[in-house]
Amino acid sequence: MEPEPQSPETVIEVRGLGFSFDGHPVLEEVNLRVRRGDFLVLIGPNGGGKTTLLKLILGLLPPGRGEIVVLGTSPRRAARRVGYVPQNVHVNRSFPISVHDVVRLGSLGAGGRFFRRSPTAEAAVRAAMEEMGVWELRRKRIGQLSGGQLQRVFIARALVSRPEILLLDEAMASIDAQGRAEFYDLLAELNRSATIVAVTHDTMMLSPRVKSVACVNRRLHHHDAGEITPELLEAAYRCPVDLVAHGIPHRVFEMHRED
Amino acid sequence: MIDALQMEFMRHALLAGLLVSLVCGVIGTLVVVNRIVFLAGGIAHAAYGGIGLAIFLGWPFLAGTLGVALAAAAAMAAVTLRARHRADAVVGVIWAVGMAAGVVLIDLTPGYRSDLMSYLFGSILAVPAAELAEMAAVAALVVAVVAAGYPGFLAMSYDPEFARIRGVPVAALYVLMLALIAASVVIVIRVVGLILVIALLTIPPFIAESFSGSLRGMMVRASVLSALFTVSGLLLSYALDLTSGATIILVAAAGFGGALLWRRLFPGRPVQAG
Repeated sequence: MEPEPQSPETVIEVRGLGFSFDGHPVLEEVNLRVRRGDFLVLIGPNGGGKTTLLKLILGLLPPGRGEIVVLGTSPRRAARRVGYVPQNVHVNRSFPISVHDVVRLGSLGAGGRFFRRSPTAEAAVRAAMEEMGVWELRRKRIGQLSGGQLQRVFIARALVSRPEILLLDEAMASIDAQGRAEFYDLLAELNRSATIVAVTHDTMMLSPRVKSVACVNRRLHHHDAGEITPELLEAAYRCPVDLVAHGIPHRVFEMHRED
Repeated sequence: MIDALQMEFMRHALLAGLLVSLVCGVIGTLVVVNRIVFLAGGIAHAAYGGIGLAIFLGWPFLAGTLGVALAAAAAMAAVTLRARHRADAVVGVIWAVGMAAGVVLIDLTPGYRSDLMSYLFGSILAVPAAELAEMAAVAALVVAVVAAGYPGFLAMSYDPEFARIRGVPVAALYVLMLALIAASVVIVIRVVGLILVIALLTIPPFIAESFSGSLRGMMVRASVLSALFTVSGLLLSYALDLTSGATIILVAAAGFGGALLWRRLFPGRPVQAG
């Protein structure tokens, strides 16, 4: 199916998306439009389909039904212009690889080359590492880093190719409470040049830096402002939620009955 | 010991051991970091069916064995790529069927008296010069292919999902890796036997992993360790008049135990890149 032409400021367009895993519906009738420059946070309970939605946008999974257009083309074609920071930064920690080589993976595929190392690619690797403050760690083995350092290394890897869109899956999970404000400042800085879509299951992770919020729990509820209302949460979550954000007092929602 | 080197069969055995070490160090590293030891074992045992088939049909050893090993590798690649959660069981089936088919085909071959032990533990002390040349060719091919595709193999092994996003042909590299395993296993089985192949594919890379800062460094260390175990095992078996393949494995196992002890006594020693 040929993607339809779209207005230039829309970078991700999801229409009527459905996805099932082993006959079990994960996402149903999802519609989402992300504009260039947005800082969108996708919240929702574990197993609500947030990670699946990111993988569909990256072209790692084929949509069951509906359509996804990324940067005016198919997700697979757009993937090299999208930066991805995966959820499980802790897997493969025993792997014999230096921090420098992990970030170098981010320059793979530039210009269709996989098997050569060019001076421009090396410069881009260094720039991304310096930007994330991990250049000094380059000689360390990946397993020696703390969770927060790892997170910065994986963001540096995603930044090497100067992506137009940055997708982060549970990026704040391994950062302690003190580091979070600083981390959001960093994302806000990155947001000046890239559209950001970040996924989290924890509403504690929200910040004034966020421009819009969508809740994913099989269906998607988009809210065009950087705040979450109790109604939005109640629509998205089927479980009690702690909510501390934007002056909404700490509260716990009632269990939502199954429909 | 010096007089041992005077004998041609011993020189051949040492050379074969070094070539096997090179192949196993490089391929074994990929096997260990990709966590496909079971799959490599499956390919090795399926190759056994190839040995039986070659003997039964009167084909040249290499054609029959390599053909069956590559077919098994292709089947395993297809299953692993499509239905990862079913892969374990299917590999187990191919493993058992390959081995059983090999034994039955040899039973059915009129007048052929097989010595099962020689295929299990190989006959490193009886390597003809022609087979050394074959092994050298396969070793050169394996090292050249892995070196040429190194960044791709590294990306696939470390983070296949990210590699796919960057446009790396992960599925093709995976199939190529299994084909390289099949080719290596076939050529190595002929000389050192099935059990030694699996031991050398796993023990040296496993020891090397915790002492290496890069995949390349792990390959080099695994090859060196493998050579160390093979040569010392060979000389020990000569001195004590023991089965060479089994002695090499026990020496490697002792090295494995020593490495575990070392890591326990000196934990968290920083590893530099390289």
